[in-house]
Parts: sequence; C-alpha cells; structure tokens
Amino acid sequence: MAKLNVNIGGLEFKNPVTTASGTFGYGLEFADFMDLSKIGGIFVKGTTIMHREGNLYPRMAETSAGMLNAVGLQNKGADYFAETIYPKIKDIDTNMMVNVSGSTLENYIECAEKIAALENIPAIELNISCPNVKQGGMAFGVTPQGAAEVVRAVRKIYPKTLIVKLSPNVTDITEIAKAVEGEGADAVSLINTMLGMAVDAEKRKPILSTITGGLSGPCVKPVALRMVWQTYNAVKIPIIGLGGISNWKDAVEFMLAGATAIQIGTYNFVDPAISEKTVVGINDYLDRHGFESVTDIIGALEV
Amino acid sequence: MKKYMLDMKVTANVSLQPNYTLLKLTSEETLPAMLPGQFVEVRVDGSPTTFLRRPISINFVDKAANELWLLIQLIGDGTKKMAQCAVGDLVNVMLPLGNSFTIPTTDAAQTKLLLVGGGVGTAPMLYLGACLKAAGFAPIFLLGARSASDLLQLEDFKQYGEVYMTTEDGSAGEKGYVTNHSILNEVDFSQIYTCGPKPMMMAVAKHASSKNIACEVSLENTMACGIGACLCCVEKTSEGHVCVCTDGPVFNIEKLTWQN
Repeated sequence: MAKLNVNIGGLEFKNPVTTASGTFGYGLEFADFMDLSKIGGIFVKGTTIMHREGNLYPRMAETSAGMLNAVGLQNKGADYFAETIYPKIKDIDTNMMVNVSGSTLENYIECAEKIAALENIPAIELNISCPNVKQGGMAFGVTPQGAAEVVRAVRKIYPKTLIVKLSPNVTDITEIAKAVEGEGADAVSLINTMLGMAVDAEKRKPILSTITGGLSGPCVKPVALRMVWQTYNAVKIPIIGLGGISNWKDAVEFMLAGATAIQIGTYNFVDPAISEKTVVGINDYLDRHGFESVTDIIGALEV
Repeated sequence: MKKYMLDMKVTANVSLQPNYTLLKLTSEETLPAMLPGQFVEVRVDGSPTTFLRRPISINFVDKAANELWLLIQLIGDGTKKMAQCAVGDLVNVMLPLGNSFTIPTTDAAQTKLLLVGGGVGTAPMLYLGACLKAAGFAPIFLLGARSASDLLQLEDFKQYGEVYMTTEDGSAGEKGYVTNHSILNEVDFSQIYTCGPKPMMMAVAKHASSKNIACEVSLENTMACGIGACLCCVEKTSEGHVCVCTDGPVFNIEKLTWQN
C-alpha cells in the first residue's frame, strides 16, 4: 500500500483522485454507486452569485469518444447553495470544493466571498473557462491580462486554497497559467472543455441550441495531456489534470506528465463508480512499480 | 429509491420486428423494486461510435422470473449493438432511474384509465398497465403505429386490459392517429397516461386539457448521466429547467410549458 496523499496549496488530499465540476452534481447523486469518502475530493457544480436557468435544450451531443455539452452553468445561485445544498454535503468525508463562475469581476468576488464563509469548503476552483456562456468566464480566461485581473481580485478576498480552471481554447495555455500563478493562485486545473460543434445532416441543423458547445471525454485526452505537460514545465504551482480520464492508467499518465492530482469528468456518466476504482488502480500501479508515494510519479516522465 | 449498477445476464433476445428487439435480463440477486415509468441506463460495449449509456424505459418486470424486459428500437449504432446481445451475455445496467407514473388512489370501479402509446413509446405502458391491474384498476390501452406490423406485444397488453389500436395506413384498428380514435369520445376517462413521439404526446395532452382530464406524459429528452448530474436533459417547466432523468421522465402536463 503506497502513500496516496497529496498537498495542493496547503490543502491535504487523501489521494489525488477528484471529480470534475459539472459531471458529478453535488456528489450525492453518486452515493448509491460508490463510497464518496474513498476519493480525494469533489468539485461540485459551477456556482454563480445569481440563479441561472442555463441554455435551452438540446444541450448535449454525443461523439464517438466523448460528448459536447452546452449546459450554460445552470445553477440556483450561491445563496441557495449555502442554505440548501451545503448542509447536505458538508459532512461528506472528502474535500468538498466549489467551482465558482461569474460574468463580471464583482460577481466573481461576491460569489467567492459567500463560499469562503462556508467552513467545510476548503477550496474553490475559479472557472474562467466556461465556453457556454455569453460574456461568460471564458472572456477572462483567454488572455493573460483577463485571467490575472480576475485572480487578483478574488485572491484579495479568498483566504483558502484557490484553484484556477484554465481553458484550452487559447493559443498558449502556459501564458495564462503563468499569469494566474503571478497573482497568487495556489494551483491550476486544466483543461476545461474544448469548443466544438455538432451537426444533424438529415435536418441540416446544429444539434445544440447554442450551435457550439464544450467537447469532453476520451477524445480530448491527448490534448489535455500535452497541455498539462507544457504547463508543468512553465509554472511551479501544482496542476490538477483533467480531460478524458477514464481509468487509473489515464490518471497515472497525467501525473507522470506533471499533474499533482486529477479530476475525472465525463466518464462518471459511463461508470458512476469510476473515481473510486481509479484510486484502487493507482495504488496497484504504485505497488507494482515499487513507488512508496504517489508524489514520486508527479512529473516523473522520462524524456 | 436506492439505485444500483448491476451486471445483468441476458436470458432472451427476441426480435419483434426488423427494427425492434425485446431484451430480457436477469440478475443473481433479487431485482430491486421498480416502478412503472422508470427507466434504466444500459452501457453499450463494443460499439466504437457509442460513448454514453442508453436510457431505456422499463417495459416490464417479471417478478416471478426475476426478469427485467427492455423493448429497444434500433435507431443508432448503440441500440443496434444492444440488439446483438446473445443469451448469457452480461450487460451493465443502472437502475431504477427517474420518477414514475401516478397510481390513482381513487375507487378503482369509478376510475377509467387510458394508456396511450405510440411507436416504441408503448414500452412503458405494458408495465404500467400490469401495475394498474394489480392495484385493482381496469386499464384501457390505446396503441398507435404506422402499420399493423409495428404494433408490438399485443398479446401481452391484452392480459392487462382492453386494447384499442390505430394505424396510419389502416392495416389494424382505426385508421389515423391515436387522437382520432373513437374511444376518446366514448368513455369519460379520469386519467390519461401517454408515451410516444412528442407531437403525439402534445396532441394527447391537448385533448386531455380540453376535457379537463388529468394527464401524465413520459419524456425522452437526450440524456447523458441519467442521475441528475450533468443537467443535459432539461425540460422547461413552470419551475424552470428541470432534469427529465430525475424530476421526470413522467410529468403532469400542467407542469409543462407546451401550451405556451
């Protein structure tokens, strides 16, 4: 049994396996299928200061090895989260973290302040990379200046672990990562979904109500892995890798490329117990290769 | 209701028509309670173009045989792959998912229930009819299809109630659509349940509204997770966007915004 714990910005994780925001609800949805306390953390659904209805249906299009979504940050707002959802999830025995989204600096700050007040939420993941919202977070996330501006503002008022989720829809993700590192982010998570599109040939119409949407699933894994590797070579803060991880082997690959922890996203829809299985698989891998700690494989890629 | 993920064994795979197959699945454990209107999410292995599970409504639960029946219309690569299952194969299934049709609490003798199914939408009506009959009601089925060969499981339906039919080409029952069938005007129904193509359900809902009959419809919006996590399958309701997989698939038409 290898040591599985990792540390991100002062926050201890019992193991490096977490679940990605927007793919795991508030955790409770999966409680019948797995033991939530067996994984390192849960990033709950993207939360905004105000209630959002999200985009019109249809919001999903399947692809050969993944899917496109255009949910558009549907959520009932930070107050509803704090009053109604938080009491139900605050005692789940793992790191419960909230993905915070906004469309202006002010509402990023306001939302982060509300979540900061919740004792059992030790970290937020700042979403500056949602591709599905007009004037949404991605506007901040696609330039180093925009990313720096929002991180600077939130860092001033958010004292706990601050993770920033980066968009792959940029020319050079390392520039964005360096910018948020410079403003005091504790970690970066990458990648959010890639902007894509689906067409119905028979109807000669787009499948998604928004025409374009965010691509996720195994099809994006090589791109995500490349970006994690590039970012690992560009910043000193820890990286949480995600993008198409669907088993322990994918998770190990991301860690070898430089990720300190990983998120499982879209594959939760295929196997709702995959995150728990991934913890077991990583441990077996470490034992098989004689590693005493999972930290030994972070960035251990031999090039 | 607690949900399960089970590796279920195929006990039968019956081709009903070129485009429909009836899969019967069993489990080593006693199957959990399942309600009419609920659905399952089936993982499809070995189809390179199929990534997500396929949501399939519960067609019937044979408690004595510990069997779950799934009526599958072969539409895309995923459902076609499912139809290739052999007896003895294992299929991974999440169940039971979603809410259910409402079983009335009124006096059975005074309560006239109409179950309207169109195309593969007849699937959940069989189990609903069986449950209603078990609860003492005498359900009436109205099944619609393009032609006689598309009307499935008629012998099964007849075990649980009277069966009326419409076909678009007139090859069985009355010619036309379910909403044109004479039974709609001959009986004072207290409740209508429907599942099928959306235009059909909307027409049924319109009829029900015009006669002040309570009506529940079962929706099949495109879905990913099936458990309320991804928020992809939403339907606009009087309470805003809600998930068809958890707040539905069954909705009282009063909650929907179809009329607007």
